[in-house]
Amino acid sequence: MKLFPVRGGVHPEYRKERTSESPIVALPLPRALYLPLQQHIGAPAVPVVAVGDLVKKGQRLADRGGSVSAPVHAPTSGRIAAITDFAAPHPSGLPQPTIVLEPDGADAWTDDLPSPIADPLDTDPAAIRERVAWAGIVGLGGAAFPSAVKLQLGTERTIDILLINGAECEPYLTCDDRVMREHAAEVLDGARIMARALGAARVVVGIEENKPQALEIMGKAALAAAGVTVTAVPAQYPMGSERHLTQAIIGKETPARKLTADLGVVVHNVATARAVHHAVRFGRPLLARVVTVGGGAIKDARNVEAPLGALVSDLVSFCGGLSRPPKRIVNGGPMMGQPLPSLDVPVVKGTSGILALTTEETNERPSQPCIRCGTCVTICPCGLVPVEMAAYIRKDNVEAAAKIGVRDCVSCGSCSYVCPSHIPLVHYFNYAKGHLNDLDREVRKRDHISTLVEARRSRLEKQAEAKRAAAAVRKTQEAATTDSEARA
Amino acid sequence: MLLAVGSLAAMGATLGAVLGIAARLLHVEGNPLEAELQDLLPGSQCGQCGYVGCAQAAAALARGEAPVTVCPPGGKAVAEKLAKKLGVTADLSEHEDTGPEYALINEDLCIGCLRCIGECTADAIIGGPKQLHTVITDNCHGCAKCFKICPTEAITMCKVPVTLGTWHWDKPQAVAPAEHMH
Repeated sequence: MKLFPVRGGVHPEYRKERTSESPIVALPLPRALYLPLQQHIGAPAVPVVAVGDLVKKGQRLADRGGSVSAPVHAPTSGRIAAITDFAAPHPSGLPQPTIVLEPDGADAWTDDLPSPIADPLDTDPAAIRERVAWAGIVGLGGAAFPSAVKLQLGTERTIDILLINGAECEPYLTCDDRVMREHAAEVLDGARIMARALGAARVVVGIEENKPQALEIMGKAALAAAGVTVTAVPAQYPMGSERHLTQAIIGKETPARKLTADLGVVVHNVATARAVHHAVRFGRPLLARVVTVGGGAIKDARNVEAPLGALVSDLVSFCGGLSRPPKRIVNGGPMMGQPLPSLDVPVVKGTSGILALTTEETNERPSQPCIRCGTCVTICPCGLVPVEMAAYIRKDNVEAAAKIGVRDCVSCGSCSYVCPSHIPLVHYFNYAKGHLNDLDREVRKRDHISTLVEARRSRLEKQAEAKRAAAAVRKTQEAATTDSEARA
Repeated sequence: MLLAVGSLAAMGATLGAVLGIAARLLHVEGNPLEAELQDLLPGSQCGQCGYVGCAQAAAALARGEAPVTVCPPGGKAVAEKLAKKLGVTADLSEHEDTGPEYALINEDLCIGCLRCIGECTADAIIGGPKQLHTVITDNCHGCAKCFKICPTEAITMCKVPVTLGTWHWDKPQAVAPAEHMH
């Protein structure tokens, strides 16, 4: 298959060999599962169970809170111990509403599962979308965007290609690699079902060339699946970004603030495809995911299939615990992952990796003045000018940075990675994007308040008008009565 | 005599017509700066600046009579925007930005007197006579007028909490000075 070049990017040491050769192992059921109501982009889910309820595996605990939202299901049977605020797997460590489930150990499935869709490759696309929404499937690559919403993109656009993202360009992470090697048929079946939902004629699986076994196994499995091509893409970070993978496959760059779907391509992760296979073929909701537990401070690094809601500390102790004190615990990969303030946070749908990195691995150094070498400009995969944007942001001129495209930054971290002065460039952009969102929120609030003020003003005016009219009527009536009295 | 009167009258008429037409064509509707400044203000007409409403405050700003820090609920963000629009440098280092706030009614102290409802320009407070009042937090813009009028001090101004949805990274610390470079 002909590939197209992608601008920029870096080639970090991949360090995948420590976990890539060990099979996925299931985590034994922990003592308690902490299921946040918001594990996805969009509105938080709304609980449909109460404290003290006994629930079965697969039973729905929280319903969708809007059109862009995802339900939460019980990963095992047990009792609802609490619905309370619990620390989120987020760098802020802020609490969020969470359902706490105490497993009873029976792991008994509910009888209330929907029946499998008989012939999903010929069925109504809407039925597939509905099933995916029911199952609470979100993008398992890490973004956690509700997959059913993404499968809807085919209804108003023509989608040519469903691109299955097996690039896994983040160093250390091997969960997608293992899923492809161990469950190739499931991934491909899920992909074909999703292609049916989207109305896409072709399925392309893009895998970085540093995963030869996955390429071979998926390639063999694809021989039996019509319309599926498996292709190797260059090992070039950030190839796993959906915009860049799309560019490598079709040669077109996604315009700013547009979707790859506008180019006729929808991208889904391999693990998402597998979850769709389970939901459609077996009527099972998303209850667990594969997480890479790695980093130099982890004793037995490996891929763990963890029930959603298991604590990161459960995963770490299952992997032999920490061999030495880590410098940093990272949620996700080392390039784009975010630090975790504590190990007592749950694994959620978007958790692809938990890395305990040592001081040598984090390689943190104090930043020095910029030497204007221009490397960040050369490698920026989005074609931006990081040095200039950071200079504006440092001087608190975030609007100027927005004008030269800070909103189009995908926060891949390549600029920070290559900077010889160790300037935390991507940190500046994350701050700037957050700050711009704050300003947008402020403007929205102001508009909202002015509508309310305007509504009140016109209402008071109308009331005053009505009063005046009533007074006038009264006056004429009074005049009429005095008139008639006088005449009488 | 007649000639002089006639020519002067003709000149007067022509010039008058020209001025009249020019006044119509080149008419300026108030000070355009006022409208632009008013757009930057919150528009809630809360009156905390001491002017009747946002329009009057904008007029005072345009005349240079009010400082850019005139708007208490607008805080530092609005002050910065006003300074930019007016092309003045404002020393905001002393300006303490407390961040956005909202009003909260202590239900044990509320006597249902309706005074706060009359004050609220955004209709963010609901309640009836001798009934418990409550604030619709989403509609409250933190002008604190209700806070000031409440006879039982039942209203407190709370900081809008940072949530997972609104949290973002702080600005990174400045680049370390290059001490060992010569």
